[in-house]
Amino acid sequence: MQIETLIWLIPLPPLLAFFMIVLGAYRSNRISHSIAIGSMLLSWGGAMFVFWRAITADDLGQHPFNSTISWLPTGETAFNLGVLIDPLSAITLFFVAWTCLAIFIYSVGYHNFGKPRDERDRAGLPPQAGGIEPMYARFFAFISLFAFGMLTLVLSDNLLLLFIGWEIMGLCSYLLIGFWYGKPSARDAMVKAFMTTRVGDVFMLLGLAYLYSATGTLSYREILFNEPTLEMLASTASVIPALSTAGLVGLLLFIGTVGKSAQWPLHVWLPDAMEGPTPVSAMIHAATMVSAGVYLIVRTFPLLTAGWHAGGALTPTMTVIAFIGAFTALFAATIAVAQNDVKRVLAYSTISQLGYMVAAVGIGAFVAAAFHLVTHAFFKALLFLGSGSVIHGMEHGVHDTHEHVDPQDMFNMGGLRKKMPVTFWTFLIGGFALSGFPILTAGFWSKDEILADAFAHHQWAVFITLAVAALLTAFYTMRQITLTFLGEHRTKAAAHAHESVWTMTLPLVILSVFALGIGWLGIPEGFPAIGGLIPNWFHDFIGGSLPEHPETIAFNAVPLLVSIGVALGGLLLGWLTYRRVPAGGEDPLKKPLGPVFKVLQNKYYFDEFYAAFIVRPAYWLAETFTYRWIDRGVIDGFLHWTGRTSLKIGSFLRNAIDIPIVNGAGDLVGEGVKKAGHRFRVIQTGRVQEYLIIGIVFTGIIISYLLVFRP
Amino acid sequence: MAFLQEHILSLILFSPVAGALLVFLVPGDRVRSIRWVAFLASLVPLGLSLWLWFAFDPGMQGYQFVEQAIWYEAINSSYHLGVDGISVPMVLLTTLLTPLAILISWSVEQNVRTYMMLFLMLATGMLGVFMSLDLLLFFVFWEVGLIPMYFLINQWGSENREYASFKFLIYTMAGSLGLLLAIQLIGVAAGTFDLITITQQWSTLSQPLTMLGLPITLSIATVKKIAFWAFVVAFAIKVPVWPFHTWLPDAHTEAPTAGSMILAGVLLKLGAYGFLRLILPLYPVEAKFYAGVLALLATLAIVLGAFAAWGQDDFKRLVAYSSVNHMGFVVLGIAAAAFAQATPLVADGVIAVNGAVLQMFNHGLSAAGMFLLVGVVYDRAHTRDLNKLGGLFPLAPMYGGILIFTAMASLGLPGLNGFVSEFLVVRGAWPVFSFYTALSMLGLLITGAYILKGIAKVLHGPLNEEWVGHEMEINRREILAMAPLMVLMLFIGVWPKWILSVINETVLRLFG
Repeated sequence: MQIETLIWLIPLPPLLAFFMIVLGAYRSNRISHSIAIGSMLLSWGGAMFVFWRAITADDLGQHPFNSTISWLPTGETAFNLGVLIDPLSAITLFFVAWTCLAIFIYSVGYHNFGKPRDERDRAGLPPQAGGIEPMYARFFAFISLFAFGMLTLVLSDNLLLLFIGWEIMGLCSYLLIGFWYGKPSARDAMVKAFMTTRVGDVFMLLGLAYLYSATGTLSYREILFNEPTLEMLASTASVIPALSTAGLVGLLLFIGTVGKSAQWPLHVWLPDAMEGPTPVSAMIHAATMVSAGVYLIVRTFPLLTAGWHAGGALTPTMTVIAFIGAFTALFAATIAVAQNDVKRVLAYSTISQLGYMVAAVGIGAFVAAAFHLVTHAFFKALLFLGSGSVIHGMEHGVHDTHEHVDPQDMFNMGGLRKKMPVTFWTFLIGGFALSGFPILTAGFWSKDEILADAFAHHQWAVFITLAVAALLTAFYTMRQITLTFLGEHRTKAAAHAHESVWTMTLPLVILSVFALGIGWLGIPEGFPAIGGLIPNWFHDFIGGSLPEHPETIAFNAVPLLVSIGVALGGLLLGWLTYRRVPAGGEDPLKKPLGPVFKVLQNKYYFDEFYAAFIVRPAYWLAETFTYRWIDRGVIDGFLHWTGRTSLKIGSFLRNAIDIPIVNGAGDLVGEGVKKAGHRFRVIQTGRVQEYLIIGIVFTGIIISYLLVFRP
Repeated sequence: MAFLQEHILSLILFSPVAGALLVFLVPGDRVRSIRWVAFLASLVPLGLSLWLWFAFDPGMQGYQFVEQAIWYEAINSSYHLGVDGISVPMVLLTTLLTPLAILISWSVEQNVRTYMMLFLMLATGMLGVFMSLDLLLFFVFWEVGLIPMYFLINQWGSENREYASFKFLIYTMAGSLGLLLAIQLIGVAAGTFDLITITQQWSTLSQPLTMLGLPITLSIATVKKIAFWAFVVAFAIKVPVWPFHTWLPDAHTEAPTAGSMILAGVLLKLGAYGFLRLILPLYPVEAKFYAGVLALLATLAIVLGAFAAWGQDDFKRLVAYSSVNHMGFVVLGIAAAAFAQATPLVADGVIAVNGAVLQMFNHGLSAAGMFLLVGVVYDRAHTRDLNKLGGLFPLAPMYGGILIFTAMASLGLPGLNGFVSEFLVVRGAWPVFSFYTALSMLGLLITGAYILKGIAKVLHGPLNEEWVGHEMEINRREILAMAPLMVLMLFIGVWPKWILSVINETVLRLFG
């Protein structure tokens, strides 16, 4: 089989699984999850084979696997749609296939497969006491469709197919956030997620239309590897005079990323998205869909940076991207410090880490951004699944002890390391990777590379912001680990927690291998002692995705020391602050930070701000202004006025003209005749004698007239 | 076979009338038989137009399956039919939606025989408009499509049907009057009503027009101008273009379910079809001159239509307003093409019209589907108030799935049909009317808001105890009516080429 044919086939098994489950297999939970996992295994196998072929191919960047078909006739031309495996999509395919597979398997245990159905459970609400999820099959249908969307996005060779995958994932995200739609909070969160990301999507759609109009294509290779096209885009002015066409298109596409990757100011949906089941949070809201936003800007890097040369001043578009990314990284990290929900901390941490990648793209650090994208997908999926395992354990505890505590609040946990050893150790690996624990973890290498790049290109503002954010990251991560796993149990529920089943712990172990090992593929050659022992494979490989291989930056000790310092310092501080939180105790930061802590806890009041200044006015515009005032008031008012006026004219015509004049005249004739007839009726007696008399009289008169008066 | 080949259009056109006569022969109290006869009769034109679809050759120049017969010889009006790549999809849409609408009318229980006959005659009226190549014939069918709909709303509608049907009738009649005037003027000026002849002679007409022997003479330029505006008003009301749209929410909301399906699915397309068939080819200069205004109105329809839909608490009215929003994209595409004619942007104009025609077809599918689904829930709950519904998903999981699918098609989710046409319109309109296109994105955003509002308020939220124990699930007959729509929504979304290649060839010849 041709490798291109195989690439076309990779996304299809999960799609088939979706249709099979929805159209009938849903009746059996076992068949449903077997179909879903089996199809994901097929896709995974195909992906691994393609990945292997990709890394063994000669100069994949110049000769990618590519295949297109004509999809849409557009006048004289046609829109071609196809699949592409170049280094960037190969590496993305790799981590997507692994994380998706891990999460599919994890979901079996998470949704209590094998346990009996609890009669009290209802479709649309989470199981109350460890019974199997009532909508078990539906969950697998949705995540299969999701996997199809993500694989499509990765394998696409053009921006339109990417957008199609992007939106299909958006739908699945919506459906899965609201999986337990019976909860009003979940119902609101699903709408919020869809609408917030849609803000970005409509801008992105406009960007696609613009780019398509300007170049006549949306294919990556035809635009991004086409020097004259890029030059043309960078040198022509756009509809906004201050920006080049490339700059404006880039900005429009980037707004799509802001929505999808939950960057400030469109970040508000992601924390609420934690209403969904945990595997969903891990897959969609950590490893794959939110990464797709970053994938977009990494993919279109040559377009976003058109007109910029390495080391030169940033273009306006790049400046915006760098600012949004760096700001989000810090902003979200500060919020994460004050959250108590174990999943919400991770949600804000995801926003923050995605900010790192966005900032990296903004300063032109292509390889670093791609690298962090890969490592983050693994360790963040690991952390989410770990938190799901923790919550599961806690829920068992809550159920066993009948203690009414929130199983997701970290202040109700403590000491879980002994109860849940596998979860603990894997979570620790994930947490350390997130913090950038030196040398051992993947997160260190990728984060260090972003900092080093910012330092080397003298992007001081970005460098300092990201360094502070890294300190906070290590701090809140250690806060989370300490509160959850270390110390003593703070509730009875925590004391009764127990380790999760193997279907849940196995994915944790697999992902933690990657969370450690994947970083070693990208050790810079100039790194002291170990640099060059393993070749910097990642840089060489991924660099092929660009028309020109990016240069490696010279080693500098300052960013390295900063990176190590903030990671270790943050971890230490976190441990020191939280290691002795007693049962029922409050956050040790609450007193010293005072009102600031409250602001952080309330996420800077962004939700309230948006509700008051955007959502409510918009609804007023819809309900009152547009509908009641314009349509009902003005337009219908005018129509009714026209109708009433016509009626008045009509009744005037009738009452003032028709009745008195027209009718009057007609009536005069009719009535006159009638009246005359009435008068003359008296002579119609019916007696022959009288008629004879009248006849004689009249004859007499006529004869007299003829004889007497006739001349 | 040769007979079929030569008279396929007449057969499609009059088989619904034949069906209506057949229905008339069934005794009025045998409701079951009436329904089945009507349904089976409506399958005949569907089968024939499927044959037409496959026999149609997209690459061929001009109109196909042309039929011409003497009609009003004295005034040079003939029975002249023919189809091209714009009308064939519309014919298919009409003949597809008619049986589905009849299938969903099982819940109608009063005067079933009259109802079914009106429905079948309605189909003939609409098909006639899409097939006519003679202006007088065009007008006759235009009116034939109007009257049955009036009675359907007036007799079988819900509470406020008197007001709605009257508004609908008066409003469209106002447009029709202009249409009749325009057609008369053109007919007298050109000496014929034949569209093909008129199109050929159009630019060379010069003889001033004397009216009825009166001492008034109109120059050809004036005639054309009067006819232009009369056409514009008639078609703008039918589409409807903002601000002529307020008849639509009332008529759609009050009409019986099947009536709303046809109204939104096909009748609105008559207006857009008029723009494409008459205004753009006959008035390229005027159309180009006023294209900016048209684009503005289209954008207002997109944005304000979406906002108004979002502000509704009546599920059906919400869906009705979504038509204003979606048809706005059709008009935007048409406006872009009108402006792009004979400029370097002509290729963009072709893309925009491709999008507009496909959007007409797509909206026919999704709007009909949405109205059907609103009808399903209304049949069971006897309310359309969104605040009284909610939490129905556990009670009607299959209905929920179908509703979400159809709503997503309506929302323009990529992978389903609506996206392809909206993308083409946006792509085509962007270089022509950048500002309006950008503004219409606001409408696209709010489209999400109202669709999700509908889903959330019908399906999601805590289980609605009021309906527990009621049979809320969609039944087999209704699923059967939805299935073809859903298959087409998915198929066009995944593989739009099969229909777009037909549209594209004609559009390229007309506007390229």
